Amino acid sequence: MNAHLPILIIVIPLVAGMLAPLLAFFSAPMARGVVLASALAVFAGSVAALLRVLEMGHPWSYYLAGWPPPWGIEYVIDPLSGVMVTLVSFFAVLALDFAGPYLAGRSAREKGAFYALFMLTAGGLLGMCATGDLFNLFVFLEICSLAAYALIAAGGRRSVVAALRYLIIGSVAACMYLLGIGYVYVMTGSLNMGDLTILLPPLLDSPAGILAVVLIATGLAIKTALFPLHGWLPDTYSYTPAPVLAFIAAITTKVSAYALYRIFYFVAETAGPVSATLEVLGWLAAAGILFGSLMAIAQRDFWRMLAYSSVGQVAYIVLGLAIGNSLALIGAVLHIISHAVVKGLLFFIAGSVKWQTGIRTIPEFIGMARHMPLTMGAFLVAAMSMIGLPPAIGFFSKWYLVLGAVEAGRWVFVAVLIISSLLTAVYFFRVIEFAYLKGKRPEDVPEAAVLPPKTGPELPARMLVPILVLSVGAVVLGILNEPLIQNVIQYALPWRLP
Amino acid sequence: MNELVLSNVPLWAVLVSLVAAGLILLLDKQPNIREAVTMVAAVIKFTLVLSMLPTVLAGGVVEATPLYIAKDIALQFRVDAFGLLFALLASGLWIVTSVYSIGYMRSLNYGHETGYFASFAVCLSAAMGIAMSGNLLTFFIFYEILTIATYPLVIHRRNSEAVIGGREYMVYLLVAGQVLLIAVAWAHYLAPGVGFTPGGFLADTGASLLALQILFVLFIIGVGVKAAIIPLHGWLPTAMVAPTPVSALLHAVAVVKAGAFAVVRVTGFVFGPELMAELQVGTILAWFAAVTIIFASLRALSEDHLKRRLAYSTVSQLSYVVLGAALATPAAILGAMFHIVAHAFMKITLFFCAGAIYATSHKEYISQLDGLGRKMPFTFGAFTVASLAITGMPLMIGFISKWNLGVGAVEAGQPVFIAVLVGSAILNTAYFFPIVYRAYFGKPQEEAAHAGQQAAHDHHGHYADHGEARPAMLYPLLITATMAFLLGILPNLGLHFWDLANMAVDEVVKGGLWLAGRG
Repeated sequence: MNAHLPILIIVIPLVAGMLAPLLAFFSAPMARGVVLASALAVFAGSVAALLRVLEMGHPWSYYLAGWPPPWGIEYVIDPLSGVMVTLVSFFAVLALDFAGPYLAGRSAREKGAFYALFMLTAGGLLGMCATGDLFNLFVFLEICSLAAYALIAAGGRRSVVAALRYLIIGSVAACMYLLGIGYVYVMTGSLNMGDLTILLPPLLDSPAGILAVVLIATGLAIKTALFPLHGWLPDTYSYTPAPVLAFIAAITTKVSAYALYRIFYFVAETAGPVSATLEVLGWLAAAGILFGSLMAIAQRDFWRMLAYSSVGQVAYIVLGLAIGNSLALIGAVLHIISHAVVKGLLFFIAGSVKWQTGIRTIPEFIGMARHMPLTMGAFLVAAMSMIGLPPAIGFFSKWYLVLGAVEAGRWVFVAVLIISSLLTAVYFFRVIEFAYLKGKRPEDVPEAAVLPPKTGPELPARMLVPILVLSVGAVVLGILNEPLIQNVIQYALPWRLP
Repeated sequence: MNELVLSNVPLWAVLVSLVAAGLILLLDKQPNIREAVTMVAAVIKFTLVLSMLPTVLAGGVVEATPLYIAKDIALQFRVDAFGLLFALLASGLWIVTSVYSIGYMRSLNYGHETGYFASFAVCLSAAMGIAMSGNLLTFFIFYEILTIATYPLVIHRRNSEAVIGGREYMVYLLVAGQVLLIAVAWAHYLAPGVGFTPGGFLADTGASLLALQILFVLFIIGVGVKAAIIPLHGWLPTAMVAPTPVSALLHAVAVVKAGAFAVVRVTGFVFGPELMAELQVGTILAWFAAVTIIFASLRALSEDHLKRRLAYSTVSQLSYVVLGAALATPAAILGAMFHIVAHAFMKITLFFCAGAIYATSHKEYISQLDGLGRKMPFTFGAFTVASLAITGMPLMIGFISKWNLGVGAVEAGQPVFIAVLVGSAILNTAYFFPIVYRAYFGKPQEEAAHAGQQAAHDHHGHYADHGEARPAMLYPLLITATMAFLLGILPNLGLHFWDLANMAVDEVVKGGLWLAGRG
């Protein structure tokens, strides 16, 4: 059993997802129980796999059905993919837990469909992280994307349009990626990442190689929502149901960024066309950081503000990849964790606020701090982390990125990171002012619009627990970032680091 | 070499008020127990800090490294003489301020005091962390925590004035924090993992002079906002919308002094006097300080709002510390360090008085104070003592620091700064003594009001028959005023502030010589 962990953590959610509609047909609670149990099992399996890999000291290769590569498909758990699958499965558990009250009152069929699509999305993302094969990565990318399109479309009429738009753009991205690895296959005759680490680098500096690199980068950059290819993200994030959104916002863009990191730093090497592409991506990221923050300031809708904030924050990761020294890469990996935790938390908060009060626009938040004190307390922690204030984890990921940029002499990037912090502070403090400062009330808001102080519990426990876990986690991970780096992340750096 | 004592006392001293903040939040519904928590935490914290005094006086350094806070950088507490000086000062005055706070907040009935006391406790944790941090990143973390924890206190009144004040506060301090972050990261890149070193540690890093000059400017902008060096001072008068105990402890002792403290740390323990002389940045900083001293004093003259006048006076006085740090001669550094103590006692007394006047009579403008000295004789007695001390009268605490600053200016070969000190003393007299004069010899306003402006003062009617302030406010301000006087005669009284400052100066100077000898 233990020997098959790398494939089990992918297969379990896929099977559970396919069973869910059937089970829901008989009993919705049973479907829910099975789905939740399988998500927990995957989480436990991911943690076990990560720990085992750290103990082994070398990547854990698993040949599907015993076929060695290049004939068979290889799954590889190394510290980096171990971190990623742990992160994905952890958020799957939290989001499923959070979804409980959201789904109350829906029909069994709807619940079954939700669980099925959710688990397929999760399975696809887990597969993207664990696979050691470029084509297999494409397959899982499509599995998770297709399921995600359907989940997003479940949010009501406007979400259908958003989902369609995401579908079109996402398919273009997937095609580009596929085309890119097509070139790679023609050049090298293999799609196994391990083989390609040797075969690919000498061939990259050719027209086909350059085209492959650019196509793969563009495809994944769209999926990562890197400016100016982020167009699908704000609409999608604005209309998706909250539990799905917290999961998607926390995870999907990060997994695409992970794929970019994996392919450019582990499979290929940072020379020739790859480093040129990274340079371009770096400047796009710098522009995206500023653009996302500025657009976030301009929003009235809380969800849309968070969506644009994501555009900015995801670009931090790409910026770290572009700077490319070990400090910046540590920063990038830490920011994958940091932003997943915090953006997941923020969308859980946004979802709870909407669920409890129906409020989405920021000026309506007046009195929210008294109405939902714990939720807004968690919001303060999230805001601190997003701005990058110690001791929240967001500070430390920014610290390594800044340090990496200083070491590389990239002063423009230092300035971008610093300015972005300040812009982030602007849009978060606007929310804080509305939520906490009861005396201030714009003229156009009637007295009745001020929320009353809370009476009774502010949220069902199933929604509150994920929020509290993540907000405590954001601070604890921040304080304990050094052990995390020392024991895990430093092994997730590429072996070919210049 | 200093004797090194490994002990977790510094860590506990930081944590005790953090724990207290948590308890305070939980005790939302029981104000008496909540306030008791504050008092107990204040006393424990002070005792913990005090317990390190013998070690440090014997020439030792207390060090604690509870964990690594970032790759290759420890969360390091390192209590040397200078750090202990600030820690003793802040924790000691926290006890006094807590008593005062309770009296003040209960007089004014703002409501939502739980958040107030909790934030206050966090601020004190951060101030302890700043005082005792052993390297730049540790320092920076607590510096930012202090910024954030002060925000709820600034906006405590929750009216639009407070919101705007809070916004301005945040803009200044967050920008400064980010600038400081660049400086800290850069310094870490130049000298990985090096902690504060007496005499500085950046000299041998191989960075070019221009780079170090830029780094110095970044550092000074980063910490200069809290130290309110012109033109970075704008937030401080605005932040006076906070309740008076906040102004007293945070905007006269903890927050702004954290800035002044940081200026000394940066000049004395990061760059060091030798390197500063080589970079030729000291004189420029000294001129900024001089301009601040004079300009802020002039600005204070025209301010009718009592707390805002005190705020401008604070801006001016903080730059005494900056001036001393910039001149960087032994006497100047000594003056700078001791002025952190001196100004704390003087200014906290003045703010306590302003708060007592406001809470008792609801008067916050100087033009309303006529005749109040006869109704509140003790409060105004304390006010007079503190005013005298601030002008630098001999036998008062303010004289000691000013004298040393003057000597330092001569040592540095720039006696022109003595003129600045004298000019400032004259201006201090000019803006404080009219207040004292009005209070004792002015014609009470209630009588003047009978002459026709009854309506304008109606809302004060409720406070018309007041006497002295509540005991909970009166005793603290009498204690601090007495200290301002006694420390002027016996600067070593009780807490050995004078010895600590002298020891710290010795370290900086020796460290510098050691570096120079090596180079």
